[in-house]
Amino acid sequence: MNDKIRLATAAELSSDALSTDAKAASGAAHGAAHDPSRRRLLQAGAGLALAVYFAPLSADNARPRKLAASKATADSTAVFEPNAFIRIDADGGVSVIAKHLEMGQGVYTGLATLVAEELDADWSQVRVIGAPADAKRYGNAAFGGLQGTGGSTAMASSYTQMRQAGATARAMLVAAAAQQWQVPADRITVSNGRVHHVSAERSAHFGELAALAAQQPVPTNVQLKEPAQFKLIGKQQLARKDSSAKTDGSAQFTQDVQLPGMLVAVLAHPPRFGATVAKFDAAAAKAIPGVVDVVAVPGQRGVFQGGVAVLARNTWSAIRGRQVLNVDWDESQAFKSGSDALLTQYRALAQQPGSVAHDSGDHAKAFASATKTLEAQYEVPFLAHASMEPLNCVVKLGDGVCEIWNGEQFQTIDQQLVAAQLGLKPEQVTLNQLYAGGSFGRRANPKSDYLLEATATAQAAQKAGHSVPVKMVWTREDDTRGGYYRPANLHALKAAIDAQGNVSAWWQRIVGQSIMQGGPMAAMVQNGIDPTSVEGAADLPYAVPSLHVELHSPELAVPVQWLRSVGHTHTAFSTEVFIDEIAVATGKDAYELRRSLLAQQPRHLAVLELAATKAGWSKPLAKAAAGERRGRGIGVHKSFESYVANVVEVTVKPDGSFKVDRVVCAVDCGVAINPDVIRAQMEGGIGYGLWIALHGGLTFKDGAVEQSNFHDYRPLRINEMPAVEVHIVPSAEPPTGVGEPGTPVVAPALVNALYAATGQRLRVLPIDSTALREVRAA
Amino acid sequence: MTSLNVNGQPLTVDVPDDMPLLWALRDGAGMTGTKFGCGIAQCGACTVHLDGKPVRSCVMPVSAAKGKAVTTIEGMAKDKVGHAVQTAWRKLDVVQCGYCQSGQIMSATALLKEKHKPTDADIDQAMSGNVCRCATYVRIRAAIHAAAASLV
Repeated sequence: MNDKIRLATAAELSSDALSTDAKAASGAAHGAAHDPSRRRLLQAGAGLALAVYFAPLSADNARPRKLAASKATADSTAVFEPNAFIRIDADGGVSVIAKHLEMGQGVYTGLATLVAEELDADWSQVRVIGAPADAKRYGNAAFGGLQGTGGSTAMASSYTQMRQAGATARAMLVAAAAQQWQVPADRITVSNGRVHHVSAERSAHFGELAALAAQQPVPTNVQLKEPAQFKLIGKQQLARKDSSAKTDGSAQFTQDVQLPGMLVAVLAHPPRFGATVAKFDAAAAKAIPGVVDVVAVPGQRGVFQGGVAVLARNTWSAIRGRQVLNVDWDESQAFKSGSDALLTQYRALAQQPGSVAHDSGDHAKAFASATKTLEAQYEVPFLAHASMEPLNCVVKLGDGVCEIWNGEQFQTIDQQLVAAQLGLKPEQVTLNQLYAGGSFGRRANPKSDYLLEATATAQAAQKAGHSVPVKMVWTREDDTRGGYYRPANLHALKAAIDAQGNVSAWWQRIVGQSIMQGGPMAAMVQNGIDPTSVEGAADLPYAVPSLHVELHSPELAVPVQWLRSVGHTHTAFSTEVFIDEIAVATGKDAYELRRSLLAQQPRHLAVLELAATKAGWSKPLAKAAAGERRGRGIGVHKSFESYVANVVEVTVKPDGSFKVDRVVCAVDCGVAINPDVIRAQMEGGIGYGLWIALHGGLTFKDGAVEQSNFHDYRPLRINEMPAVEVHIVPSAEPPTGVGEPGTPVVAPALVNALYAATGQRLRVLPIDSTALREVRAA
Repeated sequence: MTSLNVNGQPLTVDVPDDMPLLWALRDGAGMTGTKFGCGIAQCGACTVHLDGKPVRSCVMPVSAAKGKAVTTIEGMAKDKVGHAVQTAWRKLDVVQCGYCQSGQIMSATALLKEKHKPTDADIDQAMSGNVCRCATYVRIRAAIHAAAASLV
């Protein structure tokens, strides 16, 4: 369905709190409160700490209720709203209200699949609308009931909930048909959006029964399908629900929001973290046609930077105004260090004992009796997420209300923090959900940094007499230099090898900023350990007699945050390269060594074997052309309860430059709900991981970020993208996420492939290919 | 006032002459399908056609488009090749976040008008100016081949 239509309808159906002048309002369902019968807390990282820190929210105090047809607004065609997630129109159209942000990961399609499966809906008649902020109805069970998207939890936490929503609606439609046709309910079937009497004498589409269905009692106990009965889940390539709108230009992103009277704000941000505005001269900026005003936006130390905002009638004028703005910065409290100094500091810390994250076996004894000891140090830099859509946010302040348009990833927290800044109650802040042009974690900021900056900008504009909606736009340069990076990390590893050539101890010391410490989720840090700093290392899957993992979390003024696959972005790199180094040192095949150490880890083993088999690991790699060297590397890693293995093939030229030819990927994410979305997420995750391996690197000099835009903060481009094959392990385990787990494995597998091709072991990302130059004997 | 021809229709925008075509389209005309990604012609999200050739509208002043035919993503449904590209994109579910895809489709359409049967190498060369941070590149390649096949 065309997205323009979708949005227009959503606006018509939206609640009273939504303004009617929004071109791009999201759906605020009138839907009844829903009681998620299952509130399981997944081991999804942030969930528990979020629930601890933020005000407790009840997600179970409201029973399902039906909405009478008259409740729908006059111009709405929705006549049946069995719960918060489903609306059925008179024409039989089914709207699924998505509680999660669609940022590319396919969640709109996934949630709709679950509903449509149990509802037996016609896929072509199902559309998806972004939910408003309302934790009671749309909370994420994996986040302790807070509404938000992250940790690859969306499908896992929705699998039963959305199917129950669909099954409930189906039962009510069946009850309506039974009443209308005066036949027993067990003589009625549903398929493809139509309700049939089994004798086939009567049938009706959902819309024809919707009004009567709305009068039926809401069943409290619905039967879900057995997997063998699935028609959609795992069965078909269902067309993505966002494909049409994203291929004709009609999909609405925050950047596309236009409101009457709206001003665009582009801010001059401090050149260094921690600097503040001393004074500014706005004369030149104000002389730019289209510039309306220039206002100071006070920042909040450790939260958002603020600066000086140029308010203009259009984006270009605001950008031009900022170019000629003269700002003097007070840098007395600013971050002044550089990447080289940080690396020196981190290397020194790696020599000092840290907090112990894991300790099993007797590593001291193992090292004392080792016949061979292996040591290696791995380094990864800061990373800015660099989504295609630079950060932005639209804020409209009203009398005792605030309305925001945003690709919303952390609704409950954003609502609370924006409300606190404005002195409002959370429910007075309306969040309109839009598509996000990527996020990779950035739009879920636990401090709501960019929303608060946009809000502060709107407040400053209002104070200067501009009581109009404000669209804050970060340019690419702001997005690159604006902070909340994946922290730089240094990992020091040691292995003890015994007389039989087996690993007797694995020792690892990690140095890197905590993404939780000092922030609203600091409660997650226990005994000096931020679990997201050591995930994937402290739970090393390999059967080693002793595992010892330590952590240093130095505190810096550089704001840091999770990035797609979080700690696994660096722990998978160090552990999966180090195991390769162990294989080389002990004369074992990299695949066979992993197999033997994963004998007790069946799901790791299954993806490893599947990837190796499909890649033809046992057969020699096709020969290189004259002068070129080829190699193959492997890696396996679990993250967010999903298991991924990659085999990477490379060709290296004499000058060290190389091409990644092929990546074979195997994934086990439990029940494969949408196999094609899973394949897409693996392809994309591998591309993101390849970017991390090849180009991703943000550096500081005298406290300033050295990169600014795609010319010096290079993205992965199509000519660098290998062929990717994805193989999905058939599974009946509960579904787990796929948005993140595709990312971590490719970098180590690539480095291992480069070693196989060249004999050069690379331990620093991004890869410096000059080390791979062919050395010819004189 | 600048008079343009966009997707075959006359369009007048009240913007300064030095405003990039991107912002004239987006903020001046409310045509938001063309995207802002970098502002320095490094990502291709802003790609439109000028007299059939792909250009980066973020660095092209609107004055340079006077008297020429501007084609944007909003005009692709009526373009034979553009429509074939859109159809292939949908069939293969290329999109993820979708923000870059207007530009990808504009570049892919321009390529297919130049080369009816591009090789992977042709595609990599023609499309390397279009960044996709979701890395949908595998499917972009496949969709361009599929669109080419559908136009035979």
